[in-house]
Amino acid sequence: MDHRLSSEYSDLRAVVEQFAHDVIAPVAAENYENHSFPYDIVKQMGEMGLFGLPFSEDFGGMGGDYFALCIAIEELARVDSSVAITVEAAVSLGAMPIYLFGTEDQKREWLPKLTSGTMLGAFGLTEPGGGTDAGAARTTAHLEGDEWVINGSKSFITNSGTAITGLVTVMAVTGTKDDGSKELSTIIVPAHTPGLTVAPAYSKVGWNASDTHALFFDNVRVPRANLLGELGRGYAQFLQILDEGRIAIAALATGLAQGCVDECVRYSHERQAFGQEIGKFQAIAFMIADMEVRAHTARLAYYDAGSRMLAGEPFKRQAAIAKLHASDAAVTNARWATQVFGGYGYMNEYAVARFWRDSKILEIGEGTNEVQRMLIARDLGI
Amino acid sequence: MKIAVCVKQVPDTWAEKRLRPADSLLDRESAEGVLNELDEYAVEEALKIQEAHGGEVTIVSMGPERAVETIRKALSMGADAGIHIVDDALSGSDALATSAVLAGVLKDRGFDLIIFGSESTDARMSVVPAMVSERLGLPQLTFAQKVDVNGGTITIERQTDYGFDSVEASSPVVVSVVEKINEPRYPSFKGIMAAKKKPLETLSVADAGVAAGSVGTGAAWSVVADFAARPPKAAGTIVNDEGAGGVKIAEFLATNKII
Repeated sequence: MDHRLSSEYSDLRAVVEQFAHDVIAPVAAENYENHSFPYDIVKQMGEMGLFGLPFSEDFGGMGGDYFALCIAIEELARVDSSVAITVEAAVSLGAMPIYLFGTEDQKREWLPKLTSGTMLGAFGLTEPGGGTDAGAARTTAHLEGDEWVINGSKSFITNSGTAITGLVTVMAVTGTKDDGSKELSTIIVPAHTPGLTVAPAYSKVGWNASDTHALFFDNVRVPRANLLGELGRGYAQFLQILDEGRIAIAALATGLAQGCVDECVRYSHERQAFGQEIGKFQAIAFMIADMEVRAHTARLAYYDAGSRMLAGEPFKRQAAIAKLHASDAAVTNARWATQVFGGYGYMNEYAVARFWRDSKILEIGEGTNEVQRMLIARDLGI
Repeated sequence: MKIAVCVKQVPDTWAEKRLRPADSLLDRESAEGVLNELDEYAVEEALKIQEAHGGEVTIVSMGPERAVETIRKALSMGADAGIHIVDDALSGSDALATSAVLAGVLKDRGFDLIIFGSESTDARMSVVPAMVSERLGLPQLTFAQKVDVNGGTITIERQTDYGFDSVEASSPVVVSVVEKINEPRYPSFKGIMAAKKKPLETLSVADAGVAAGSVGTGAAWSVVADFAARPPKAAGTIVNDEGAGGVKIAEFLATNKII
């Protein structure tokens, strides 16, 4: 029994920590303020192989695993959640479906670019009328000759409108099953396909330096061969992607929770009040101690889910627990960190203000926390 | 081209370092060990030269057991092999002893190019590269901000206070590099995993052909006689400028014999 990282993971953690500190931290506030997507950072992360972490070397990957990706995401999120979610979405939602479900030709065509970070992929699932209720999808695709014709719209799609976005994998209704329910399938739509409109970037509460758009499909035509995996397997594919994705989001939330501790520990020494460092006041010291407890237990929760995943064992409940607990830790730590910083914590130029605004989405994305509770309860046989 | 890069493990630059009262040596437990920052530039330069001209890059480091982490970091950046000189007798060695051990290991191995960072962030003497080149009888191309390899001719731009000198020599040569020279790469995960499988040779002082009695604290030409913690900053004097501020500043500077 050893829940600590092996030396490969801990070396990776150290490298990403250094990169985040040296390269991302100095520009994070500016990118956030300007809502500018950090192309230069993406390029450097591509060179480091962060976009290829869980993929085999056959397709330009690093030959690592999904847990290595989670470790990297945690370290990125300690400094900048926008960068962390850009990597998470590009790998977990952009490249992974093609890696898991794609044909040899699809993998050869897309993966080398996606795993090197020179191209970003996006996953079009959520619609204006349904996120949690994915079965409510109204986007349709039907065959005309050798082409899929896609109509509908998608909401909140990460990495879908950057200058290096190469594809969107779209979940669409492709027919009706025998039991009358919708048959859902996923189809690869290359960027700039005629009829695909990328709406202007959303004005979001947080994650300002990440790229999020609504997408509209108006008679978008792609080759029949762009079907990803089997016809009618779209829903099953998406559930599989999301189970892993929850561990990654838990890692991201853990990073944010830890980032709050890092900032507060530093500030508790710097800031003086009533003639002493504010860390000398028990009110502040205890807050930071509790924040560390949350970050630490969040990390243990996602390590646990990760180790089960790597061992090939069921991990659905543990992933849900990790995502629920870590996002809770992130939101609470961000709120408390802002409190420790007082008025400065409310100023956008301070990292804790960014953390505060970035934290809320973690209770919503990759399955809302209510969905996590449902999954846990169901797994307990309730 | 056979390239050696000499690297050193140093206490984390940002950590608060302590010396051991018993022997005035660094308390290595007090700070995490990291690859000396300037040595990262040396490794990067070696890898760039290898990418352009082929060959092999070997990392050489003298240090305690845990210095192997530093060699592994350099290997994860892409170097091919490592040599670790580890021996209890080495504790407390000064620059002269270090250069003797490194020279002992480097000679007869056929390196065309031996690259150093120009200084370590702990000792900051900048003398080891020059000492090693002297011991090996090789030209020293130190403080390079640019290195050009043209067959057997190595040309560097030596950074100076007023610009740079262009210095040229035929290989084998010893080069030390300054920060300006490049931007070190971050190891990839593939590199980190590959580093574990790369050959690592472990040598003793005797293997380096150096007598154990000529290294370590006992043989050091320079030792720390005494040390004290930096005194806390004293409160400054505040002078309100009521028209005679300039005079008061001049008086202050004169009193402290600054002017």
